[in-house]
Amino acid sequence: MTTDVTPPAFLDVRDLRVHFPTDDGVVKAVDGLSFTLERGKRLGIVGESGSGKSVTSLSIMGLHKARAAKISGEIWLGGQELVSAGSEQVRKLRGRTMAMIFQDPLSAMHPYYSVGQQIVEAYRLHHDVSKRDARTRAVQLLDRVGIPQAASRFDDYPHHFSGGMRQRAMIAMALSCNPELLIADEPTTALDVTVQAQILDLIRDLQAEFNSAVIIITHDLGVVAELADDILVMYGGRAIETGSAASVFETPQHPYTWGLLGSLPRWDRERSDRLMPIPGSPPSLINVPAGCAFHPRCAYDELTDGLATTVRPELRAVGTNGHRVACHLSDERRRQIFDDEIRPKL
Amino acid sequence: MSPDRTGTEPMSTGSTITGSTPSPEPTEPAPTEREVLLRASGLQKHFPVRRGLLQRQVGAVQAVSGLDFEVFRGETLSLVGESGCGKTTTGRLLTRLIEPTGGSIVFDGRDISHLPQRAMRPLRREVQMIFQDPYSSLNPRHTVGTIVGAPFRIQGIEPPGGIRKAVQELLQLVGLSPEHYNRYPHEFSGGQRQRIGIARTLALRPKLIVADEPVSALDVSIQAQVVNLLEDLQDELGLTYVLIAHDLSVVRHVSDRVAVMYLGKIVELGESDAVYTRPMHPYTNALLSAVPVPDTQRKTKRERILLTGDVPSPLNPPPACRFHTRCWKAQDICGTQEPPLVELAPGQRVACHFPENVPA
Repeated sequence: MTTDVTPPAFLDVRDLRVHFPTDDGVVKAVDGLSFTLERGKRLGIVGESGSGKSVTSLSIMGLHKARAAKISGEIWLGGQELVSAGSEQVRKLRGRTMAMIFQDPLSAMHPYYSVGQQIVEAYRLHHDVSKRDARTRAVQLLDRVGIPQAASRFDDYPHHFSGGMRQRAMIAMALSCNPELLIADEPTTALDVTVQAQILDLIRDLQAEFNSAVIIITHDLGVVAELADDILVMYGGRAIETGSAASVFETPQHPYTWGLLGSLPRWDRERSDRLMPIPGSPPSLINVPAGCAFHPRCAYDELTDGLATTVRPELRAVGTNGHRVACHLSDERRRQIFDDEIRPKL
Repeated sequence: MSPDRTGTEPMSTGSTITGSTPSPEPTEPAPTEREVLLRASGLQKHFPVRRGLLQRQVGAVQAVSGLDFEVFRGETLSLVGESGCGKTTTGRLLTRLIEPTGGSIVFDGRDISHLPQRAMRPLRREVQMIFQDPYSSLNPRHTVGTIVGAPFRIQGIEPPGGIRKAVQELLQLVGLSPEHYNRYPHEFSGGQRQRIGIARTLALRPKLIVADEPVSALDVSIQAQVVNLLEDLQDELGLTYVLIAHDLSVVRHVSDRVAVMYLGKIVELGESDAVYTRPMHPYTNALLSAVPVPDTQRKTKRERILLTGDVPSPLNPPPACRFHTRCWKAQDICGTQEPPLVELAPGQRVACHFPENVPA
């Protein structure tokens, strides 16, 4: 865990909790999440639906309604704390310092305004420039993200664009103010694979060009392997494993990560006999299991002397390369299980 | 229904099916004498586009334009391709939810391409469909019992022991509990709902199941459970699947053969291992190279073929080879002469003037 004396990283999330009170009980969508991200780095947040990954990104962007969500903890961005900041203050950062790319560009764009107008609007909100200059800038951006004949497409409406082009236009909008932090929430889930490859390449190029920090939120481990420097695996509103992409893919530590990798069919390998699914389904966030949230689905929870069912495991270091895991199994035992049972099947 | 199937009751063994013990290897039929269950010839579906006061036809969406393929009994044939390639339309043609505008479909020795509604009903017992979205494909106001029992009622079949017993056996077969009979769909998770849909599909013991994106709406860990279930059911009940999917990894895992589609045409068709390891059509190659692999070590070695632009509109597809506008190997002939789908390696058919990986 981070201590409060260290100077905050560029993006430094500390013990973030986002709770939604409902009639059925409190939904603990994010419950004690901490991570850091420096400029020029790409972080992939992986998890299944309901793991809290999108709620995290919306909290960073300050997009939760104050009345509906109870947010606690700290989010430091470039030395500024956002959770306690007023909504006006966050609004000034949003779009300029941090920007977001959403999953479904059709519903994220306004159908009534032309694509170009929407980019101009975002740009002029933060820059005092004439409409003409903003238009020039928007055309440049559309051109940069690979929209053919950008100037003539400026006045087209979102429905004139194909899915891939809409996603490009949304990236252009997000980049209009050169944000230092770019959050992409499932940026390619709605797209076909060949288009997905184009968009991932585009994000990678632009990130290098602008030296921004990028968070990619996805359920697709392939996308993460392709794009991320570091990985954060979430389960039940918490981080259960984090480390460099290479380290997490080569020596995954948490039984849930093993399960995710074992569930994935691979096209680049010979047809294997059987997938190894994780039994059961993800936990209810109203009634998160006591102890380790994963224990009801874990094959090894018996090996923890009852800790798995009683004590919340915290992230702790495995080795020295920054790889951390929240699991009660001893390192020794985990390595043994991984070598004997998991690695041969992956 | 074939008489040999009605007598046996393989359902009773259902409770063990979702256990973690791997099922024994399915008995592979000898590749030389595979029996054709369904054959599509020149299959075509054009949707008219009408405009104006008189609703005159101004064009046609050429969703499927001339498909030739067969489905062998007991195999899994997958149709893959990007959105708009016509794979879903093909699935709906095979189940005859829509009528083809050209070509024929012969199922089990019978031409079903233009059967009228009434004559279709007996066929529905033999060809069933699994849908993509487990939320919209189950009626929220019906209990699980009503949903899964509907095929019996519609077809006027009284299963031995009654509908209730048959439904409970089906629920067990797909890994649900018989007590779920009186529950409603909203009480179930996405994966469980998909199991309910599969139970309904299996009720009449179909010979052919067309599964349209059966796992794409599910989370990864749940997806694997359903994929395993579909494989177990195939082994146990001798089912034949036509799987429609865009996820090339899932397709490789479950298919015996794969048909790659582009803009309403099959560009490559072959044994799944062959297509994945030695793709002959440039489009197949590009498609495979675009799939991200969950493996950081491979990243550097990988050669990716980036296709530029988007898939052209099926309203006005490019002439001759439909891929030539985006193909890096295209030459003049590709825009003037359509390449036929020909067998270039045993069991592997390709429609390309300049195929790759062709055995010498």
